[in-house]
Amino acid sequence: MLLAAQGRTLTSVGKTPSQYAGDWDEVTEHQSAVSFRGVTKRFGDEVVAVDGVDIDIRDGEFFSLLGPSGCGKTTSLRMIAGLEFPTEGSVQIFGEEMGVRPPNKRPVNTVFQSYALFPHMNVEDNIAFGLRMQGVDKSEVLTRVGDSIDLVRLTGLGKRKPNKLSGGQQQRVALARALVNRPKVLLLDEPLGALDLKLRQTMQLELKDIQSEVGITFVYVTHDQEEALTMSDRIAVMSEGKLAQVGTSEEIYETPTNVFVAGFVGEMCFVPAVIVGDNQVRLEGGSVVAARADGAAGDDVVLTVRPESLHLYAQMGEAPDGRNAVPGTIHRRVFFGDSIMYEVDVGAAAMMDVRVENIPSARRWNEGDSVIVDFHPDAAAALAE
Amino acid sequence: MTDLKDRGAPVEQVNPELEKKANRRESWRGFFHAAPAYVYLTFFFILPLIIVFVFSFASRSRTGKPLLADWNLDSWIKLLDPLVRTIAVRSLWMAILNTVICLIIGYPFAYWIATRAKRSTRTFLLVLVLIPFWSNFLVRTYAWRTLLGNDGLVTQFGEATGLWGRMLFTEPAVFIGLFYGYLPFVVLPLYAAIERIDWSLVEAARDLYASGSQAFRRVTLPLSKPGIIAGSVLVFIPSLGAYVTPDILGGAKTTLLGNYIVTQFGGARNWPFGASLSSAILIVMLLATLFYFRSDGKTL
Repeated sequence: MLLAAQGRTLTSVGKTPSQYAGDWDEVTEHQSAVSFRGVTKRFGDEVVAVDGVDIDIRDGEFFSLLGPSGCGKTTSLRMIAGLEFPTEGSVQIFGEEMGVRPPNKRPVNTVFQSYALFPHMNVEDNIAFGLRMQGVDKSEVLTRVGDSIDLVRLTGLGKRKPNKLSGGQQQRVALARALVNRPKVLLLDEPLGALDLKLRQTMQLELKDIQSEVGITFVYVTHDQEEALTMSDRIAVMSEGKLAQVGTSEEIYETPTNVFVAGFVGEMCFVPAVIVGDNQVRLEGGSVVAARADGAAGDDVVLTVRPESLHLYAQMGEAPDGRNAVPGTIHRRVFFGDSIMYEVDVGAAAMMDVRVENIPSARRWNEGDSVIVDFHPDAAAALAE
Repeated sequence: MTDLKDRGAPVEQVNPELEKKANRRESWRGFFHAAPAYVYLTFFFILPLIIVFVFSFASRSRTGKPLLADWNLDSWIKLLDPLVRTIAVRSLWMAILNTVICLIIGYPFAYWIATRAKRSTRTFLLVLVLIPFWSNFLVRTYAWRTLLGNDGLVTQFGEATGLWGRMLFTEPAVFIGLFYGYLPFVVLPLYAAIERIDWSLVEAARDLYASGSQAFRRVTLPLSKPGIIAGSVLVFIPSLGAYVTPDILGGAKTTLLGNYIVTQFGGARNWPFGASLSSAILIVMLLATLFYFRSDGKTL
């Protein structure tokens, strides 16, 4: 059932289809940088890594492929690079059919997950590699290599061997080595995965800056949803080889169109429910709440709402009018420092997690307290299971 | 906000005195583990070498008996003899040719084994390479003597097709024997080196506009260098001093350094000259090997 929901792509779920339909037309009018049409990739007879994917990546955008490991995001990237070829379907780069064109004949470059810097060459030679292979003349190689070393702030390190550089510096060399070729599309395969948290955050912003500076289409593969949300213009969430949803960071976070995306991106409360009327659902446990819902009355759904959209009140009357109120009991309290998470038992199989910012005025609740869980109808969506 | 560095700092302070003591104890323990090997090498490798070196300065009695008296440089001066040079050049040529051909034939084979996807396939192929070692080298060389001899399969085939005649006791026969004997010695180190190559580097090269052959030349080949060096040393050195193969397959006709040295200790009864020849080859090899490794800037 979950699969079925994920299988629906752009045109099938939620309030978004019309919105996307417009985007699609626009995209086909202005040529897209990369487009997948019914792309499937099988390894052997058993493994379907990518399963009938359609994507259009616009020229100049920062596009992320997001998903858990094994969802097919890296395979998709490798098919753009030419390191894998689709079993079925077509991959086009700026309208040109790629077919089984080898990687050296494609106008794209890749920043590899482990950087894949040539250990027997120094930084300059690593960066110059692509230009030399293309037969660019010596003086131009020299200037362009120098410029890209400056662009990634590695000035003065040109003669070092990669193993004499820190992880962050190696990462920059990998980036410069790809960018120096001025590819039409830059592919990045979890380029920040090997860095520590602080450096990763700095590099995220830096990558975004570099992207807007060079104006090249970036296709970025990551399993880190926060990274994808921070950097991307648009995100494609993938699951089990299929596209689960494509949209801007806001769309993906605020209006996930299926349970997989809702659960994978950010924290989410899930409460089993049944549709009882127009945008009305009855939660397991009895409360009827208003929430975005499509489907017919009687359909089994899951109510999804972000923990930070929930508020707690002591009594029914305290909550503002026009909002949903679900009575429950505090089951557990978890202290995070900047916030406190209350697990509230509302009589359903799953608890509702309520995240309350830890500020002096915030009321503290104890385990066993009766509370009202309050949320705005717009913050909640009922999704098919 | 705490600094990342602070969090990573070790909690306990190590007493430097204690640490030094522990290191010393550790290094002693290492020495004891290696002691049997040291003792063995001292008695059966270093001492004999010293004896050989000493004998190279000895003199001979009228009947050719080595005398540990009247120390002189005669046998070292004899190294300048034109005959020695002819034999040395021939041996060197054979050894170089054998090394090059072993590398040329061995590399694609090692590459092919190393790039098999399944580990079990790779292991099986490596075992095939090692199988000849399960029988004695001498026996295998005699087998070649049969194959290359008058009624041997190789000779029969060559005569039937008109491509070659009898090869036994000719230079090609010696060459075939050397190549056969030393091929596994290049395949194994090459395999080890190629198998270790990170293939994403080759992918990166392809991604950076290198064709398949350019990627091989610029990335795969330089990264297999440790295997090429180890393999060529393992083939070149024993080929240069080969004795059994030229003796059995070359007959008396193709004298190489190895046979020439044996002759000095045997029929010619000139131990000092045999000793000076051996010492000279050893010294040249040692210097050459050192230079070879140094030029790459790494020790194997």
